[in-house]
Amino acid sequence: MKKYITQSIRLTLVLMVLLCILYPLSIALAGKMSSGNGGGEKITRNGKVIGYALLGQSFTKPEYFWGRPSSVDYNAAGSAGSNKGPSNEDYLKLVSDRIDTLLKYNPGIKKLDIPADMVTASGSGLDPNISEQGAIIQIKRIATIRKIDVRKVAELVVKNTNKPILGLFGPSSVNVLKLNLALDELN
Amino acid sequence: MDTELLGIVATFLLTMVIAIPMGKYLAKVFAGEKVWTDFLKPLENGIYKLSGINIKEQMNWKQHLKALLTINILWLVYGFFVLILQGKLPLNPDGNPSMAPDLAFNTIISFVANTNLQHYSGESGVSYLTQQFVLMFLQFVSAATGISAAVVLFKAFRDKTTVELGNFWEFFVRSITRLLLPVAIIVALLLTFNGTPASYDGKDQFISMQGDTVNVSRGPAAQMIAIKHLGTNGGGYFGANSAHPFENPNYLTNTVEIVAQMLIPLAMVIAFGFFIRKRKFSWMIFGVMTIGTLLLLIPAITSEIGGNPAIAKMGISQSTGAMEGKEVRIGPTATAYWSIITTVISTGSVNGMHDSTMPLTGMWQLLAMMINSFYGGCGVGLLNFFIYLIIAVFISGLMVGRTPEFLGHKVEAREIKIAAIITLLSPFLILTGTAMSSYVFTNVAGADWAVQPKSWLNNPGFHGFSEMLYEVTSANANNGSGFEGLGDNNVFWNVLTGVIIFLGRFLPIIGPVAIAGLLASKKFIPESAGTLKTDTKTFALMTFAVILVLNALSYFPALTLGPLAEYFTMIK
Repeated sequence: MKKYITQSIRLTLVLMVLLCILYPLSIALAGKMSSGNGGGEKITRNGKVIGYALLGQSFTKPEYFWGRPSSVDYNAAGSAGSNKGPSNEDYLKLVSDRIDTLLKYNPGIKKLDIPADMVTASGSGLDPNISEQGAIIQIKRIATIRKIDVRKVAELVVKNTNKPILGLFGPSSVNVLKLNLALDELN
Repeated sequence: MDTELLGIVATFLLTMVIAIPMGKYLAKVFAGEKVWTDFLKPLENGIYKLSGINIKEQMNWKQHLKALLTINILWLVYGFFVLILQGKLPLNPDGNPSMAPDLAFNTIISFVANTNLQHYSGESGVSYLTQQFVLMFLQFVSAATGISAAVVLFKAFRDKTTVELGNFWEFFVRSITRLLLPVAIIVALLLTFNGTPASYDGKDQFISMQGDTVNVSRGPAAQMIAIKHLGTNGGGYFGANSAHPFENPNYLTNTVEIVAQMLIPLAMVIAFGFFIRKRKFSWMIFGVMTIGTLLLLIPAITSEIGGNPAIAKMGISQSTGAMEGKEVRIGPTATAYWSIITTVISTGSVNGMHDSTMPLTGMWQLLAMMINSFYGGCGVGLLNFFIYLIIAVFISGLMVGRTPEFLGHKVEAREIKIAAIITLLSPFLILTGTAMSSYVFTNVAGADWAVQPKSWLNNPGFHGFSEMLYEVTSANANNGSGFEGLGDNNVFWNVLTGVIIFLGRFLPIIGPVAIAGLLASKKFIPESAGTLKTDTKTFALMTFAVILVLNALSYFPALTLGPLAEYFTMIK
């Protein structure tokens, strides 16, 4: 028994060197060569960091494309989903309010045009994407406020849509931050 | 076929294509045969030497269990102290506090037991030291513990009669050097180059486009996410687990992570057949597991793609499926697929919130954890399945009126008693645990705990009951996922699930290893015309029936009160 105890202690220490020092450090080192230097890819404008490519951020102003509802208000230091159950009455009321808000701010759209992702909160609360349809329903509002041609905004949405891998696997999506950046550059 | 469905079909096929050769490889590694990774032998010999281990020492099943339990208890003690002291220890750039003792108790058991039920949130609850030297370390070694225990079972059925079952330390070290570490490096690099943070930089801050100040949690996440999947652990670096865009940046990484978590459980089944030179037998097991998984997978995906009927009533088209708690870059189909894989496999990582899935999807997730052996966790999945096999052999034996035999050894009263205890343990823990929590919720509602019982549910009615049932089931299955709406960081849940995880981990390792050791020491009976053949379709069907009947009898009432009741009230 005593033998097992000393062996356990020694083996644990040896493995810690391998698994907790050498392994993570070598990955961290390799990460220095990745696009964000291993610290997450940042997006800058005029030399200032205005966000992370992978992290959604809150857009509430009508002149920007809105992202998905977030249960943590896009707090990137406290990710979480709403964890609301599908039959929860309070939750369903919230969804219904979100539908009304979208209808109010986006004249001309019908309920059936609204995709589910625009009225439901994401799993992380940091979803950087919306569906293509989620962007399309906002085109008219943005074109009107920014006084630019609807077709130009629509082109921008098409340009910023990520297609499925090889056109075959997975969903398509639109990165809201990148789309809004491109939108600001348009003016 | 739509691109989301095509994506998961490709994922499933890709997993099979990698797992089958990996199984052959593992069989050779553990049999000590020549493999291409033998260049690592000097590293292993160095580890043995520094640890004072002589791998030529043969162990019997009791010695295996002693070694296994000793090192696991050591990790429990070590980890507990780091957790309650982490606030004062180095490598804590975000200044996160030490854990309360009850939370530390729960967390350390949970990680030693390959469960990773997390009652804390990664961003604010642990330091970098804890993440790497306790949590990630345990993700490697707890997976290796499970694999080694399964290899003892392999050994027991390779030779005709034997008490020498190899050396535990050798199995343990080899599962790390030949499997977990190399594959983890590949996965971690894939994640890093797709955007997952891997550096030790602390929290960052920026001003968003709209002028909000945003804090960003970062840290060496890629390293941990690789092993959390590969080792079927599931504990995320960030609170939202693999739904977090840093943990799972795109559809490609999603595929990598879901393939990584299925690999070893599948490969172990294949390895078993090669190791004991009965490949047909392991294909029988593989077949039962795969059919079982598909039977859970298909209805779950269907119910998620169908969307939420209550939202459909509002006039919203859910063209791709239900989106609450899911990410756009992954989509409902791949999220539903993941939710079943992570529950059959006992990983417990999530790429979408299970609490927000449709009632029936929730039921399939629960059932996957209750059965807990369709593939199952690293090594332990096979051990759980072994118990079902023993019961199936026993019942078949009774039906044909012969002494039951398993792979050439008589199965007698002692083995059946152990198998029966292990079989009854799960329903006992799950049902009494849920009953206790329901009792506390209704009768001690105002207790003065960190989270009061009356406010620990995030959803009313039947769904609230499901939240408690899910938590206890996940603990017993060593899964670690949750209906995360449950306010579970209080003394009641920490202690209850801590105890359940502990029993649900170690008894189902001790039981099968003991049975295997006992059987292996018995006289070998050569196959004759009267032998019950265990590698046939008939026996596969028998095993499947045993699994179905045992679980239906145990859990149907509980499932009726939770997900089924919610489903029927929703569609009425």
